[in-house]
Amino acid sequence: MKQSLLEIKHLNKAYGENIILKSFNLKVEKGDVVVVIGPSGCGKSTLLRCINALEDIQGGEILIGGEPISRNAKNISTMRQKVGMVFQSYDLFPHKTILDNVLLAPIKVQKRKRNEVEKEALELLGKVGLADRKNDYPRQLSGGQKQRVAIVRALIMHPDILLLDEITAALDPEMVREVLEVVISLAKSGSTMMIVTHEMAFAKAIATRVLFLENGEIVEESKEPKAFFESPQTERAKKFLKSFEY
Amino acid sequence: MLDKEMVKMLFEGVRDTCYMTLVSTFFGYLIGLPLGIFLTLTDKDGLTPNKAIYSLLDVIINITRSVPFLILLIVVMPLTKAIVGKSYGSTATIVPLTIAAAPLIGRMVESSLKDVGKGVIEAAVSMGAKTGTIVRKVLIGEARTSLLTGVAIVLGTVLGYSAMAGVVGGGGLGDIAIRYGYYRYETGIMLITLVFIIAVVQVMQGIGSFVAKKFDHRSK
Repeated sequence: MKQSLLEIKHLNKAYGENIILKSFNLKVEKGDVVVVIGPSGCGKSTLLRCINALEDIQGGEILIGGEPISRNAKNISTMRQKVGMVFQSYDLFPHKTILDNVLLAPIKVQKRKRNEVEKEALELLGKVGLADRKNDYPRQLSGGQKQRVAIVRALIMHPDILLLDEITAALDPEMVREVLEVVISLAKSGSTMMIVTHEMAFAKAIATRVLFLENGEIVEESKEPKAFFESPQTERAKKFLKSFEY
Repeated sequence: MLDKEMVKMLFEGVRDTCYMTLVSTFFGYLIGLPLGIFLTLTDKDGLTPNKAIYSLLDVIINITRSVPFLILLIVVMPLTKAIVGKSYGSTATIVPLTIAAAPLIGRMVESSLKDVGKGVIEAAVSMGAKTGTIVRKVLIGEARTSLLTGVAIVLGTVLGYSAMAGVVGGGGLGDIAIRYGYYRYETGIMLITLVFIIAVVQVMQGIGSFVAKKFDHRSK
């Protein structure tokens, strides 16, 4: 049987008594763009954080390319490099220039050669329209620009899968578009992604699969995103999508 | 009052004070910087939480910091003598000064490093950076403004301690102030010495703040 890029088996995650994910199962194949939606506190961000082993898990297994990823494993550094992550609050290094922000991990973590990485960094920054800002510091950039740099910072590691955790939630509406266009072009070029978002129009445009979560469980799953957004099967998903209409 | 001898003595006082302060602060950081890093890493929200190590370091620091410097000075005299060969003079004072400065520096470093945004650290973790890389490139790199401000504060405090060492013949400006002002009732000399001490503190603080600001990229 073909090996899934990401496979989650019976994942249990809880903060003390508070159960976040209950025996969660998921398979993601190469090229999938999985959009995860659901009400706040449904466990969608926690799910992404577990996949990058930023959280301890209480049970189950997360496999990337068939290999388990867990916080205390010896090869955790190598495993994390396969999973790129972009956060809501960008989290660029404030004391490093844009270029150095992008270069830090490939040089220090992957031990790649500076001139080779720098060339690639400038290329990627060019693709998101920020090559001319390479010597600026994060504070000189707008939120949307920072988030595009954060995406480049994740891409330069050549991750197998990219996790985007509400990357536009802190942005002005106008900046949302410039960031989402970058993500859409990534999807077109075949990147595998898992996206947590509240931007339904974007979700509809980009998803190849949709997961609707509530209380740590998949309430509805669809491989026909267009159909899902127009006529969801479950009452819960209907009600949730309705809340975005005026 | 201010003859040539006196002026020479004052300048030697400035020199000795700077010598004690800078060397003690340097040695203090050799101990205090790793101490602060370990405190940050082993704390419950740190990268490698370890309650036993954190509590141990925490208690040691609290105990050392509770001892008034004047008492510490006297308590460690045997150690000073063992290391330096004598228990008075500028070089000898460096030993208790370093012992007093290290835990203070440990706390200052801890507080600076803990100010580095959790998100930034997490971003580094998510990229597969190991703890050593995160300490060097992210924690210290991002906390540098605060760390440098800390150096300026530590210098001021250590200089104050060094003046106290004058009571037991510690050398430097404090020594002069106590010998002339206190034992010989020459208030004039004492005041002049005081002005010199203030000047030295001002210069150190000024340089510290200037350098800290120069390295700050967070906001304009």
